[in-house]
Amino acid sequence: MSRAASAMSALGALFRTTAFKLSFAYLLVFALFAFAALGYVAWNAQRLLSDQFASTIDAEINGLSEQYRLGGLRRLVNIVERRSRAPGASLYLVTTNTGERIAGNVGALPPGVIDRPGQFETDYARTEDADAPASHALVRVYILPGGFRLLVGRDMEESARLRNVIRRAFGYSLLFIGVLGCGGAWFITRRVLKRIDDMTETTRIIMAGDLNGRLKVAGTGDELDRLANNLNDMLDRIGELMHGMREVSDNIAHDLKTPLTRMRNKADEALRLAKTPSELKAALETNIEESDNLIRIFNALLMIARLEAGNAREGLSDFDAAEAVRDVAELYEALAEEAGIPLEVQVEDDLPIHGSRELLGQAVANLLDNALKYGAPPDDGVPAQPIAVAAQRVGSFLEVVVADRGPGIPEAERGHVLERFVRLETARSRPGFGLGLSLATAVARLHGGVLRLEDNVPGLRAVLVLPLRTSGVPLLGSGAAA
Amino acid sequence: MRILIIEDDREAASYLVKAFREAGHVADHAADGLDGYAMAEAGDFDVLVVDRMLPKLDGLSLIRSLREQKVETPVLILSALGQVDDRVKGLRAGGDDYLPKPYAFSELLARVEVLSRRRAAAPNAEPTTYRVADLELDRLSHRVTRSGQEIALQPREFRLLEYLMKNANQVVTRTMLLEHVWDYHFDPQTNVIDVHVSRLRAKIDKGFDKPLIHTIRGAGYTVRVGPAEGEE
Repeated sequence: MSRAASAMSALGALFRTTAFKLSFAYLLVFALFAFAALGYVAWNAQRLLSDQFASTIDAEINGLSEQYRLGGLRRLVNIVERRSRAPGASLYLVTTNTGERIAGNVGALPPGVIDRPGQFETDYARTEDADAPASHALVRVYILPGGFRLLVGRDMEESARLRNVIRRAFGYSLLFIGVLGCGGAWFITRRVLKRIDDMTETTRIIMAGDLNGRLKVAGTGDELDRLANNLNDMLDRIGELMHGMREVSDNIAHDLKTPLTRMRNKADEALRLAKTPSELKAALETNIEESDNLIRIFNALLMIARLEAGNAREGLSDFDAAEAVRDVAELYEALAEEAGIPLEVQVEDDLPIHGSRELLGQAVANLLDNALKYGAPPDDGVPAQPIAVAAQRVGSFLEVVVADRGPGIPEAERGHVLERFVRLETARSRPGFGLGLSLATAVARLHGGVLRLEDNVPGLRAVLVLPLRTSGVPLLGSGAAA
Repeated sequence: MRILIIEDDREAASYLVKAFREAGHVADHAADGLDGYAMAEAGDFDVLVVDRMLPKLDGLSLIRSLREQKVETPVLILSALGQVDDRVKGLRAGGDDYLPKPYAFSELLARVEVLSRRRAAAPNAEPTTYRVADLELDRLSHRVTRSGQEIALQPREFRLLEYLMKNANQVVTRTMLLEHVWDYHFDPQTNVIDVHVSRLRAKIDKGFDKPLIHTIRGAGYTVRVGPAEGEE
């Protein structure tokens, strides 16, 4: 590519930038303002000038016609002659009713002018230099008693000069605005463009895979800095999400791979070693059980993902949490009894919430499930401590508590166990997938609440805190049906 | 029983057709929504198994159109979207039951069989008394007797037995019990339901020669006279 062509294309790129377009638009607007202001001033100055001319002319006509009335034509002619000779004099002409010149300093006039009484503009020539090009004047023709014509006028040269001055001002300001504007546009464009180009380059690198890159912040606190800051925050968030995703997929890979491998190996083994149909059948049945477990894990994962994405919101309705909690407690009571752990249920009446009875039920079921699985104290002959299930109003919140007297969860681990697939070492030997608390947390979040894990000294106290429905205020999805 | 499977995944459909035939039913298959609609409208099926996402006419629209045409064949919706609001949408469109994918065939079979029976029995003529051998349940007075001996049941146990007896000789799964007795649709992860059933069993079958509540391995429970196939 030739140098000229590359320079052209660089210029083209400059013209295409937003900064340049904006600067250019500002330039245009400012130029328009300047012209409007100047034009207004010019128009007013012109008007002022011609007003002044007109009143001067009127005053002279009045004076001269008064002189004519007092002293007749002779006196008028004398005065006109005298005034005509004065330096910087106005224009005077006295003629007969046929237009023949009697006195004055006006030589030639376009024909017919002298017969038109009133004020107007016309071309003229002075008597002293008839060769000079015709000038322009504002004149007034007055018909005196007796048919004589009196013309008084002012040369418009001053007005023309003013116009010239203004025209020049127009020109200069155009040049000024143009040069300054273009310079400014170029400067700003270059500056902004430089930073934006830097940003573009950084984002390109980040897009290429280096998620650790961050945009430069100039520290001026301007909008580009704010943009850079926001983009950096966004990148942080994306990084977190990516990390979370990776963790989840690693965990999924691990937790799904293990049973899948086991399943595969068992099928393989059965195929090679099973001698009798009943052995084969048993192997197949184990396989089905394992795949059922996989389906469970999968469903739970999907559900958590769905809840976390907030997609389940449309299925929410108003219901009484007291009843829902009682139902679930009743569902688990038999199981608890079987395990030799009493269930102490204390549920307040009338706990209206807006949400999903189904999901709340499942969350409480998961908590109870955990309490029954891990909440039993070590088997040392001591009678099992009861598990407490409670639902109560605390301020404008509903608290659903499931508290056991088991070994509990060390404080450092409490945040951790809410994550997917996290199972404490002590829980590894028990059945489960490590999704129960994740699901309960997701349910709490969907309802605008939280899941708190506390020390029950000893044991674990899991508290679902959910906002109660404020009575009288129709909530989303409930008011429409009424 | 004649079952129409409307499912666009050929492999899944042929698996279902085969499995239903093995279970002793007649199964037909339609591969898209329009074919499915035409067949459902014309043929005399006992149950429709409808996938929610179908080419040409989606599952829910198909069900809605059938209901508008006064085709009241029971419909079970199969869906990859196994969430609460999807179930509600499916039932609102005119579906009778909903099963999220992936599912166990035993679960699907149990549900389809229960649905077909519901159709066979005239809807208004639901008897006030259920009877299986010498076990009797009176739905009005909430009394249960076996061989004339009254058995005291908790309200929930009563509902459990009521549901089992309503579907006597049919397999009902744990999920179905949780749905109909507790009105929860989640997956009972532990053996919560089993404990309730074994309690009920202790009250109903203890001291009698012939047990009436049977556990079907890999599927669920059934109330019937004599041992059932696949019983543990």
